[in-house]
Amino acid sequence: MPVDPMLSQYSDLLFKGALTVYVLAMAFYAVEYVTSRARERAVAAEAAPEPAAVAAVSATGGTGTADLGTVSEENADVPPPPVKAPKPFRSRADRFGRMGVSLTILAVLLHLGSIALRGLAAGRWPLGNMYEFTSAVCFAAMVAWLVALQRTSKRTRGLRKLGVFVLVPVLILMFLAGTVLYAQAAPVVPALQSYWLAVHVTTVTLASGLFFVPGVASILYLMKRSGKPAGFVAKLPDADVLDRLAYRVTVVAFPMYTFAVIAGAIWAEAAWGRFWGWDPKETVAFVAWVIYAAYLHARATAGWRHVGAAWINILGLAAIIFNLFFINMVVAGLHSYAGLG
Amino acid sequence: MSSPPTAPPAPPEAPPQPPRRPRGARAVLALLRNAWRGLTSMRTALVLLFLLALASLPGALLPQRSLNQQLVDKYFADYPRLAPLLDKVGAFEIFATPWFAAIYLLLMISLIGCLTPRSLEYLRAMRQKPVATPRNLARMPHHAEAVVDGTPDEVVERVRGRLKGWRRVEREEGEARSVSAERGFLRETGNLVFHMSLVGLLIGIAVGKLFGYEGQVIVLANGSQFCNTSILGYDSFNPGLRVDGTQLAPFCIKVDSFAAEYLPNGQPKQYTAQMGYQTADDVRAGDTATWRPDTLSVNHPLRLDGDRVYLLNHGYAPRFTVTWPDGQQRTGEIQWQPVDTSTYLSQGATKFERPGIADDATRQKSSIAITGLFAPTSSGGQVVTSTYPDLLAPEAAVDVMRGDLGLDDGRGQSIFSVDQSKVDSGQLVRVARQNMVPGQEITLDDGTRVRFDDVDQWVALQVSHDPGQVTVLVFAILILVGLGLSLSIKRRRFWVRVVAAEPGTDGRTRSVVELGGLARTDRAGYGEEFDRLRADLLEPATASTAATTRNGGD
Ligand code: HEM
Repeated sequence: MPVDPMLSQYSDLLFKGALTVYVLAMAFYAVEYVTSRARERAVAAEAAPEPAAVAAVSATGGTGTADLGTVSEENADVPPPPVKAPKPFRSRADRFGRMGVSLTILAVLLHLGSIALRGLAAGRWPLGNMYEFTSAVCFAAMVAWLVALQRTSKRTRGLRKLGVFVLVPVLILMFLAGTVLYAQAAPVVPALQSYWLAVHVTTVTLASGLFFVPGVASILYLMKRSGKPAGFVAKLPDADVLDRLAYRVTVVAFPMYTFAVIAGAIWAEAAWGRFWGWDPKETVAFVAWVIYAAYLHARATAGWRHVGAAWINILGLAAIIFNLFFINMVVAGLHSYAGLG
Repeated sequence: MSSPPTAPPAPPEAPPQPPRRPRGARAVLALLRNAWRGLTSMRTALVLLFLLALASLPGALLPQRSLNQQLVDKYFADYPRLAPLLDKVGAFEIFATPWFAAIYLLLMISLIGCLTPRSLEYLRAMRQKPVATPRNLARMPHHAEAVVDGTPDEVVERVRGRLKGWRRVEREEGEARSVSAERGFLRETGNLVFHMSLVGLLIGIAVGKLFGYEGQVIVLANGSQFCNTSILGYDSFNPGLRVDGTQLAPFCIKVDSFAAEYLPNGQPKQYTAQMGYQTADDVRAGDTATWRPDTLSVNHPLRLDGDRVYLLNHGYAPRFTVTWPDGQQRTGEIQWQPVDTSTYLSQGATKFERPGIADDATRQKSSIAITGLFAPTSSGGQVVTSTYPDLLAPEAAVDVMRGDLGLDDGRGQSIFSVDQSKVDSGQLVRVARQNMVPGQEITLDDGTRVRFDDVDQWVALQVSHDPGQVTVLVFAILILVGLGLSLSIKRRRFWVRVVAAEPGTDGRTRSVVELGGLARTDRAGYGEEFDRLRADLLEPATASTAATTRNGGD
C-alpha cells in the first residue's frame, strides 16, 4: 500500500502539538509542585474543620509506617466533606494542578491522533520503527499516569503534582523520537508483516510505557525515604503512597509484559524458525522480566520489602529502556531491522 | 496426598536452632537440613534471580557463537588479549555454559523445595475452615461496630446473603454468634500454578534441546526437490543432544517457484514460494506421485506433523550451457551467493566436467568453470553492478576458466568459488572474460561454446523439529494465567460478631454488630471492599449509636 504523505504530515503535526501541550502541562505541574505546601495537612485543615481534617490527615499525611501498609490512600475512610461547605476551597497550587491534568488529557488525545494517522498513512499498524515505538511508549506512560491518577485522585491529591516527574523522562524521549529517531512513514520488511506484530509490539510498548510510572515512583520513594534534599522531598507525597503507586502499576505491567514476551516467542517461532534464540533483544527482555520477578519477590522477602524492592524496580526500568534503545541502535541482531530510518 | 495430622512441613525460613552440638550423622543431617533450608528460602531465590539476570546480560553485550560466528571472530581480532580470557569462561556461548546451567538448576531446585511444602500447606488450608473470629476484633486493621435493627439471627441471615461466594463458617460463642469468612484462595492457586509452570516450561525446553534439530538447505525454485531422509541432504545441520539423524521424518518438498515483491527503494515487501509437499506418511505409503500444494512465505511456515519448514532467504542461480567441440552438451545451474543483501549482487561458480571422455587427464584439462558476479538489475556499465534486487535487467560478468577444477581430488571445495590453488598452479586458466545477458553466448578458442541461458531463483529453507514446543506453549500460557490470578486477587478475611442489644426506645429488637477485616497479603485495595461490606451490613445503623469505624491498612 502506498504511503499517504498528507496523512503522514498531519500525524507529524499532531505529534508536535502533543509535545508542545505536554511541555505546557509539565510547566503547570511544576508550578503546582513549587507552590504546593509541604504537607497536605495544611490544605486539608483550611478546607474543612474537624472532623474531616482528621480523616484527611490520616489519608494523606500519615507517618507512613509502611511495614503494615497502614493509612493508605485506599483504606483511609474519608467522610464526606461538611455538607454546607460554601464552595470548595482551591489553592493556587490546586488550580495549576487541575489545569495540568486538563492539558495532559488534551496532549494525550493529540498524541493518540498522531499515532493513528501514522498508521493510516503507512497502511499498517503504527509500530514499525524506533520513532513509532518511542512515541507509543510515551503515550502508554502518559495514559498509565492518567489512569493511576484517576484511580486515586479523590484520596491523594498529593499524587497529582508528581506529574512533572513523569513528564520529564517522557518529554526527553519524545524529543529524541521527533529528532534523532525520526523516520518517514513506510511499510515494513516481510518478517514484520504479521498480526503477531500488532499483538507483540503493542503489548511490549504498552507494558514498557506502564513501567515508567513505577520507575519514577520508586526513585521518588527512595528520595523521600532518604529525606534528602529536604526542601524538595518535603513536598512529595508519603513514602507509603509512592511505594503503593509503584507496586500497583507494576502488577498490571508485569503480566502484560509477560504476555508480550510470550507473544514475541510465538511470533519468532513463525518468522524465524525458533521460539527463543537468545537474540540480544530477547536476552535483555528476559533480564528485565527476571528483574521484575525479583521485585515481586523482594516485596515478600523480609528486609527487602521497601528500599530494596524500590531499587530493583528502578533497575527493571533501566533494563526496559536499555532494551528499547541501546539494543536496537548499537547491538546487531534479528530485531535491529526495526531500525532507524 | 492425605492431609496429615502430623507436624506441618517446615516453613521456608525457620528460626535458627538453639545452639547444640550434634555429632556424627546427626551433624551431617543438620548440615544438610540447614543447607536445604537456606537453598529454599525466599532470600536465596531472590539472590538466584539476580544472578540469573546478571549472568544473562553478557549474552546480549558480547557476540555469541550461536548467533554470529563472524562477530566473535572480529571480537578476537579486536581484543586479542581479552577475548581468549572471556572465551575460557564461556562468555561467547553464555547460555551453554555449565555455570549458567548451575544457576537455573539451583533456582529450579530451590523452587521445587519451596513449592512442595507450600502445596501441601495449600491442600491442608483448602480443607480447613476459616479461622475462628478473634476475640478482640477491634485489633484488626479494619474494624467497624454499630447497633442495627433485628435479632442476631436476622443479622446473621443478612450476613450470609451478603457473603455469598466467601468460604464461611458460623459459630456460637456463648451469647454471641459469629461468622468467619475468607476469600481469595485463588491467589495461592495462581501463585502455585505460576511457579509449577516455570518448572514445566524448563522441562519443555530441555526436551527440545535433547530431541530437536534444525537443518538448512538451499533448493532451486524450478521444481527441485528435497527429502528429509538423512542429515546428508542438508547444507548445515544442528542436531539436539540425542539426535543422530536416523529418526528423521521422511517428508519431501518440491519448490516450484519463488516470487519477491519490492518497494521502489528496493526494500522487500513480501517473499512467497509456491511449493508442493509429501508428508512422511505419504512417502511411507508409497504415494510419491502427488504433491500437496502449499505457499510458503515469511511468517507462514509449512507445518507438517512435528516438523516445520521455513522460508529464510532467497537468491539467484544463473543457468549456463556449455557445448564442447565434440558436440557434448551440459547445462549447469547452481546457487550464487548474494554479496549485497540490498541489491542482491551475487557471486558464484558454476562448474562443468567434460562428459564423454574416458581418459581422466584429457577430461580434467577441459573442465569449465564460470565464475564472476551476477546483477539482477544491472547498472548497464562496463563494470557490472546491481541497482535493485528484483530480476529486471539481469547481467553477469563472468570469467570462464578451463582446466582441472580439482573436483576429483576428494577434497571438499566451496560451491561459490573455484579452487584457488589450481589457478595458482596454472592447472586452471582463464580463457574468457565478458559481460553477458541471458541468451548471449561466448565461443572459446577451442570452439567450446558457453551460453548464458537464463536465471532461476533459489530459496534457503530451514527445517525445524522441536518436540518440546507444545509443552512450552502450554506452560507459558499457564504461567500467564497463574500470574494473572496471583497478582489480581487478594486474600482476605472478614469476621462478624453479633450480640443481642437492649431494645431501643421504640421497642424494636436490636443487635450489636462488630466487623473485622484483615488482608492476608500486603496488597492494597482491601479497604474499599471492607467499606462496601460495612455499608451493606451496618447501614442504616441505628441513629442513636452511630457506627464507630476504624479502618487501618491491610
Ligand atoms: C524460577 C524462578 C522464580 C521466578 C521467575 C519467580 C517469580 C515470581 C513472581 C513473578 C511472583 C509474583 C507473582 C505471584 O505471586 O505469583 C512470585 C511470588 C512468589 N514466589 Fe517466586 N519465582 C521464582 C522462584 C521462587 C522460589 C525459588 C521461591 C521459594 C523460595 C518462590 C517463592 C515465592 C513466593 C512465596 C511468592 C509469593 C509472594 C507473595 O505472596 O507476594 N519463588 N515469584
